[in-house]
Amino acid sequence: MHLALVGTPNSGKTALFNALTGSRQKVANYPGVTVERKEGSFVTPQGRQVSLIDLPGTYSLRGRSPDEEITRDVVLGRTSGEALPDLVLCVADSTNLRLTIRLLLELKSTGRPLVLVLNMFDIATRRGVSVDVAQLSDALGVPVATSIAVRKGGTFDLLRLTDELLEHAPGKPRENFWQPLGVPELRATQREADRIIAATVSLPARPDTWTARIDSVVLHPVGGLAILLLTLFIMFQAVFAWAQPLMESLSSSFEAIGQVIHETLPAGLLQSFLQNGVVSGVGSVIVFLPQIIIIFLFILLLEDFGYMARAAFLMDRIMGGAGLHGRAFIPLLSSFACAIPGIMATRVIDNRRDRLTTILIAPLMTCSARIPVYTLIISAFIPPKLIWGWINLQGLVMFGLYAAGIVSALGMSFLIKFFMWRDYQPAPFMLELPDYKMPRVRSVAIGVYTRAKMFLQRAGTTIFSMMVLIWFLASFPQPPEGATDPAINYSLAAAIGKTIAPLLLPVGFNWQIAVALIPGMAAREVAVAAIGTVYAIEGGKQAATQIGQVLTTKWSLATALSLLAWYIFAPQCASTLAVIRRETGSWRYVALTFIYMLTLAYLASLATYHIAVALGAG
Amino acid sequence: MTKPKEKPHLPLGLARRGFTGVIQHLAASRAGSALSDAELESRLIELGFVDGAKVEVLHEGIVGNDPIAVRVENVTIAVRRREAMAIIVA
Repeated sequence: MHLALVGTPNSGKTALFNALTGSRQKVANYPGVTVERKEGSFVTPQGRQVSLIDLPGTYSLRGRSPDEEITRDVVLGRTSGEALPDLVLCVADSTNLRLTIRLLLELKSTGRPLVLVLNMFDIATRRGVSVDVAQLSDALGVPVATSIAVRKGGTFDLLRLTDELLEHAPGKPRENFWQPLGVPELRATQREADRIIAATVSLPARPDTWTARIDSVVLHPVGGLAILLLTLFIMFQAVFAWAQPLMESLSSSFEAIGQVIHETLPAGLLQSFLQNGVVSGVGSVIVFLPQIIIIFLFILLLEDFGYMARAAFLMDRIMGGAGLHGRAFIPLLSSFACAIPGIMATRVIDNRRDRLTTILIAPLMTCSARIPVYTLIISAFIPPKLIWGWINLQGLVMFGLYAAGIVSALGMSFLIKFFMWRDYQPAPFMLELPDYKMPRVRSVAIGVYTRAKMFLQRAGTTIFSMMVLIWFLASFPQPPEGATDPAINYSLAAAIGKTIAPLLLPVGFNWQIAVALIPGMAAREVAVAAIGTVYAIEGGKQAATQIGQVLTTKWSLATALSLLAWYIFAPQCASTLAVIRRETGSWRYVALTFIYMLTLAYLASLATYHIAVALGAG
Repeated sequence: MTKPKEKPHLPLGLARRGFTGVIQHLAASRAGSALSDAELESRLIELGFVDGAKVEVLHEGIVGNDPIAVRVENVTIAVRRREAMAIIVA
């Protein structure tokens, strides 16, 4: 039996989905579109095996966006590979029935068997909303069940009704006479909905006072901005600082495992493959988990509480100036820690094109993996002198690198809107601000767990295979007997590096840098160790100062500055590309990201190098 | 009993915080929105902006007092002033 959940945004649809299916969920994308497909399964009290699909939230079946088209097409059975639902559960927030009842009246014309689920029935009762369920069911001509998705046993009424209805299914098929509604029909259905509500529901005189009180602070022009900045600051701290110790202990455990392999196995290919290919490959996937868990914990808490819509309200004009959606700021902020959770967080943006724009510019934010590269070069080449007595030149350069990332991201967003989606009219900002609700531990936990699992299964496999590929390039062919140079200098990576070296000559890179950039694709900070390896400096990460000293003798200041400029823009992170592939479902956007970032990096380095040389830093 | 004074009609896009009124009709052509008139009216109706609905402007945004948060019957909707120009209230 196939069931589908339909409802307006904020109807508590996801909470109900979580309550019905628990952790038995599969999250994927619909083929060819950046729309999330959530499916789960459960067994009804009478023992029916049911698969449940959570369709994107919508106010109507007109299909204004790819998400809403999915909802329409699944309900109408137009999607190939999706079963026509045997029963459609239309979910409503009981405190706010107006918009859902209108949607339900539209759904009726599709001929699908329907149930109206009055979700959050407890909150409605507490607020003094009283619904005559039997009369409402009569007036609508649709069975109605009440539900409290967040409470144990709160779905009992719905499950009982589901069993009852599935018993008689399939009844005689009803005809689908749905067609897109024009303005007069929409108005007529809304009037009809209002009429039915007036006859069957009595509303309290006063709206929810808690929401009004919180909003008077949270949406206050001054206080609201302060609270938003504070929230963002805490979130940024959490992702950046709290995750760091965890990530370090994870990566040092993987290093330790690698060391054990190194010591137990004889030196050779197998040892190198297990240590540097497999273990460090798995490690480089797992190491992102703390950040992904923390970022989604925050996002889901804020979303469930109802704050996300408020934040979008406050940020709308500010972000809108750069052609970005109000909701893009959380993914972009997360990208300062790491573009991977940032890109995954773009799922909070409903509109596909706004989401793609955000995905494309997220890697330009200065992520934490760039910091080791920046600090290495800055501390080696930039003197720590003070300008005007109080500005540290090293700090100023670091600030400049961050600022360059942000400014170029905003510029790119502008260009993307202009060139790629010129025909596309941005959806005007219209958003429901739902009443505040206490987030539920279980629902948030299921959400975080699903994200983490999805990352490991889907992005993880791609990241892992790229790591193994990079290991292969850096290890084959093996150095000949009696070789004196570092092993990497005989490998395919070196061959590639030396081949592209002439291309990088105009930007001031020597062949050693070109070679180090290949393993540097594994993660930006790996380039530091790789440069050390190429210059045959032993000691890995601890040798950073030593590497710095060697570099000052090998590179000119112009080359160092050029490499800094390169690292602002260059797509030097295979994992980011893998996540873009997974999130957009297409290699096209990976290629686009790679090419535009590479172009920017090359141009920036070229300009930096030549200006620096002209100023006498060559 | 005196007949209540007829309130002047104005677009919701010009209303300030604290304004309360009733929607008279929709006039999408007045909004200058990126959307077509029919599409804008459809979206507004789907969010509950129909004639006769009670509205109250609850909050204003930071930059240029835009967007606005509007209570429409018992739902709160955030909308930009540009689009709110299509909603004629009194």
